[in-house]
Formats: sequence, C-alpha cells, structure tokens
Amino acid sequence: MRTLIIAEHDGQHLNEQVARAVTAAQQWQQPVDVLIAAAHTDALAAQAAALQGVSSVLVATDASLQHATAEHLADLVVTVAANYRVILAAHSAFSKNVLPRVAALLDVNMLSDVLEIVNQNTYVRGIYAGNVLATVQSTDATQVLTVRGSKFAAAANGNAAGTQTLSVPAAAEGSRWVAEAFNKSERPPLAAAKVVVSGGRALGSADAFAEVLAPLADKLHAAIGASRAAVDAGYAPNDLQVGQTGVVVAPELYIAVGISGAIQHAYGMKDSKVVVAINQDPEAQIFKIADYGLVADLFEAVPQLTAAL
Amino acid sequence: MKALVAIKRVVDYNIQVRVKADGSDVDIDGVKMGVNPFDENAIEEAIRLKEKGIVTEIVAVTIGTATHQDVLRHALAMGVDRATLVETQDSLAPLAVAKVLKSIVEREQPSLILLGKQAIDDDAGQTGQMLAALLKLPQATFASEITIADQQATVVREVDGGTQTLSVPLPAVITADLRLNDPRYVKLPNLMMARKKPIETIALDSLNLSLTHSVKQLSVAAPPERPAGIMVKDVNELLSKLRTHQGIIA
Ligand SMILES: Cc1cc2nc3c(=O)[nH]c(=O)nc-3n(C[C@H](O)[C@H](O)[C@H](O)COP(=O)(O)OP(=O)(O)OC[C@H]3O[C@@H](n4cnc5c(N)ncnc54)[C@H](O)[C@@H]3O)c2cc1C
Repeated sequence: MRTLIIAEHDGQHLNEQVARAVTAAQQWQQPVDVLIAAAHTDALAAQAAALQGVSSVLVATDASLQHATAEHLADLVVTVAANYRVILAAHSAFSKNVLPRVAALLDVNMLSDVLEIVNQNTYVRGIYAGNVLATVQSTDATQVLTVRGSKFAAAANGNAAGTQTLSVPAAAEGSRWVAEAFNKSERPPLAAAKVVVSGGRALGSADAFAEVLAPLADKLHAAIGASRAAVDAGYAPNDLQVGQTGVVVAPELYIAVGISGAIQHAYGMKDSKVVVAINQDPEAQIFKIADYGLVADLFEAVPQLTAAL
Repeated sequence: MKALVAIKRVVDYNIQVRVKADGSDVDIDGVKMGVNPFDENAIEEAIRLKEKGIVTEIVAVTIGTATHQDVLRHALAMGVDRATLVETQDSLAPLAVAKVLKSIVEREQPSLILLGKQAIDDDAGQTGQMLAALLKLPQATFASEITIADQQATVVREVDGGTQTLSVPLPAVITADLRLNDPRYVKLPNLMMARKKPIETIALDSLNLSLTHSVKQLSVAAPPERPAGIMVKDVNELLSKLRTHQGIIA
C-alpha cells in the first residue's frame, strides 16, 4: 500500500508545509505519492518531484481546479483512494476544509492536527486547546489525518520522482469561487517565521501596531502576530491571530507584548523555542509560560528594546 | 426557509481541564459546561437571519444524555424555535455525529445547516464537512460573513493569509467562525420562557444507524511543562539573556 499527500499550493508554489507532510509520511515506510490538483501543474509537479522521499507525483490538471472547491477536490481524491492506506496533509485551513470531506466519503474517521505518529495507526494529538495530549488509535482501513507541520522537519530537495496523470472528475454543481483577498506583507509568513512579535489588546489601536510593534518586528525580521482580542478590536487583520482558532506558530523566538496569555492564545505559541513576555501586570498568565518575563509598560519597553537592537 | 443548527455541549472555555490520575481520560466531573462557543455563533447567525425575515424556523439539535437539554434550553432562550435531543450515553466521534445529523436533516429538510467550525474539547473541526459529504451537499467552512439571497448563500471564509468568498447554492452546510458575529447575551426571562418551549427526544437506537467506533482513546496526559522562566528587571537584562541563545538575535 501507499501513502498519499494532498498538496497545498497557490497555483505557482507548493506550500512549504508539503515538505513537512512528506517527512511525516515516511513513518509508514511505504511509497509516498503527492497529489497536485491545479489548472497549471508543470511547475508545481516539478517542485513536488524534487522532494526527497516522494515516490511519484499524481498530476490532475484542469481549468476547474483553478480555484477548486472542497467538493471537487474531495471527489478527485476519492477516485484514487483505494490505492492508499494513508491520506495525509499538513494541518491548515486548506486541509481542514477538504480532508474531513474525503474521510466521510470513504466512511472512515479522521485525525486532525496530529503532533506525533506513534506507529501506523496510533497518534498523539492535542485536545482542550492543547492542555491535554491524547493518544488515539484508529482501526480504519484508510488512515486520514492532518499533521502539525512544525512538528516535522521539511524534506530536502534533490529528488526526481516520476509523475502520473490523473483524470479529473466533472466538478459537482455546488459552491463556486467568487473572490479571495490575501493580506500582502513583506514579512515572513507567520506559520514559518523564525521570530514572531505578537501584540495584544493592550496595544490599543492599529496605529500602535504600526508605530510600536512594527519597528521591533522590522529589526528582528519577524512576522507580526496578534491575540484574538487585538484582532476583534480591529488592531490587526484576522489572519495574524495566533492561537487555538488562529495560526499555530513555532518560531525560535516569540515576543508577546501586552498579551494576557489565555489558554486559547497559549495553544498557538507553546511550541516556540524561547518566549519573551512584556506585560505590566506581574500576575499575568503569560509569565507562567515565558522563558523571560519583563514587567513593564509596553509603550516604554518596546521602543527601548527596538532602539537597543 | 428552515435552518438547522447543530450544537455540542462542552466544558466551559474558561476552564483548564485536568487529566485523571490514571491517565484514562480527562476529569470533567462537576466542571461547568456550556454551548461550544463556535456553535453559539451558528445559533446567533440563524437568529439574525430569522430577524431579517430570511429564515422562518430554527431547529437546534444536540446529541447526548438528558443532561444535554441544558444547551438546548440555552439555544431556545437565544431564540431558536424548536429543539431536538438525540439521546445516547455514548460519546460519538465526528463521523458518527455526522451520520446522526444526516438522519435529522433528512427528517427536517432544512435549507440551511449551520454548525460551529470546531468543538473546543476535541478540536477536531470535522463534523460540518463530514455532514456535507454524507448529504452530498456543498459546504462553506470557517464563515465570517453570510449573506443569503435567491436560494444562494454568499459566504466569506477565513483562510490562511486572508479570506475567500464562495457562492453556495442552498441547501448547504456552513460552519461558523468566531468572527461571524457576537452571540447575544441570554437574559433570565428568556431562559424562563425557554423552559416552556418543546424539546423533542429521539433515542439514538431508533434511528437505526450503523455507527462504527473506529477511533479509540488509549490514554491522555498533561503536556510537558515548560521549564520555569525567569523575570528580568529591564530591557538591558532581557537583551543580554536573549544574546546567550546562539543566533536568536544579532
Ligand atoms: C473559543 C475561543 C477561541 C479563542 N481563540 C483564541 C485564539 O486563537 N487566539 C487568542 O489570542 N485568543 C483566543 N481567544 C480569546 C482568549 O480567550 C482571550 O480573550 C484573548 O487571548 C485575550 O487577548 P489579550 O491577551 O490581547 O487581551 P487581554 O486579556 O485584555 O490582555 C491584555 C493584557 O495586556 C496587559 N497590558 C495592558 N496595558 C499594558 C501596557 N501598557 N503595557 C504592557 N501590558 C499591558 C494587561 O495586563 C493584560 O494582561 C479565544 C476565545 C474563545 C472563547
């Protein structure tokens, strides 16, 4: 049997999480195939074929896959599912949308956001906002799962896997893509950044994110993150939210500025190597999970820190 | 049009749960429970659509023991018209939940099926998508904006790095993100009134579903604690500490 990875991409580039999924897939010690579904697949297939550990790239090319819906992608995956013992993707908005649909069509359960693959059907995953680690075992014939990318190293390049062409089922009548709006930023993507500077409600305004937080992030070549309270108040766009319901980050350095450290926020940052918290309340929860805590007014401490760098 | 909202009873989001000493499960005895936060957004959205005259009737469904009526009462107090409890002692995995909900959808024939995008206990985030698959209906997940006109929903979805807009013919399954709305506060008189609204109970067995329990929880554990950190007195001390970590900052 084989393992299939559903590749996420933006039409031109494979998402860097795909290489991490390839590493996770090695656990089953069976051939690993990567599925590329897009309107133009040449460049994407080449990127997937170059990943070490990939045995074959399945290429589904069709105009209908330009902005493929979950319905369409799930139908496509089901056409090849019988060849696979494992169907896997890195955990993201994309895979969360598609893989549960695939699992239900195959009449199997799914494991979301797996942190550790213990053996071929046993996994560790976080429940209750990561406050508890559960070891779970699935007896399903096809194992469908998403893995937390940051827990697996990215597979290296240098391979030259072969490709196979798939026929694409007709797109089901159903939902239709209308538009998308991505927040353009020169900063590294949150999920992959080496340094993250996150601001909370205490920043008090979008201007403060720009005037207080951004210069620090610039100096550290950091991504900017935010708590939900800051996002809800409109200080930062919602795709910057770190936490249980936002992005999970795993940088070398996470600097939490004016963030209380609620369990839902902590969920998204606990894998950071070094955590710094700046908060004026010595009792703030965030200090319990910080490696270095500084009790200070952020409007003084952050500019000082920026200047000293 | 009729809307169906599926809700789950979970541990209150403020509570940090503990693991039982034998590691067999999470200890939730006597812990405060409530409606899963994302499901509350789903309920709120259905009510707003009713207030706009788009939805005419809202049915809330939950699965669980008789105790789970409390979350249905909460939904009724928010403004849901009817509620159904599918009664079982078993705790069901998302696929089984989706199968149960499918049979309720087939009875009720709603045009709009709303759920929360994930439950804050198992953090699985699968039920809506699975239900849509079983019903062969279109899906729109992680909705932060829903507009309905001419039997079509226009849904703004939260995706990594931004948003995506879909046009979805009804009936469809839509899952709610937190930013969809702010659920209304339930006032005591509404809670009293909700006591008089009907709750229908259906025994899970009477639905004649074949539910497989293919995922077993072997054990649970507390995550490794981060080693205790230290407090620094000022920015200079912070910087010198950070510089001891090779390569983190220049
Ligand atoms: C289902 C659910 C999911 C959620 N998901 C997420 C999630 O993914 N991510 C997330 O972040 N939250 C999430 N939340 C919200 C979470 O519970 C908290 O409400 C939120 O994280 C609080 O944000 P905050 O720390 O910025 O704000 P607050 O809790 O208001 O904290 C602000 C902090 O700033 C400090 N402060 C104030 N002024 C200053 C100053 N001048 N200088 C220094 N410090 C100052 C205060 O002492 C305080 O500690 C979720 C909640 C629910 C119910």
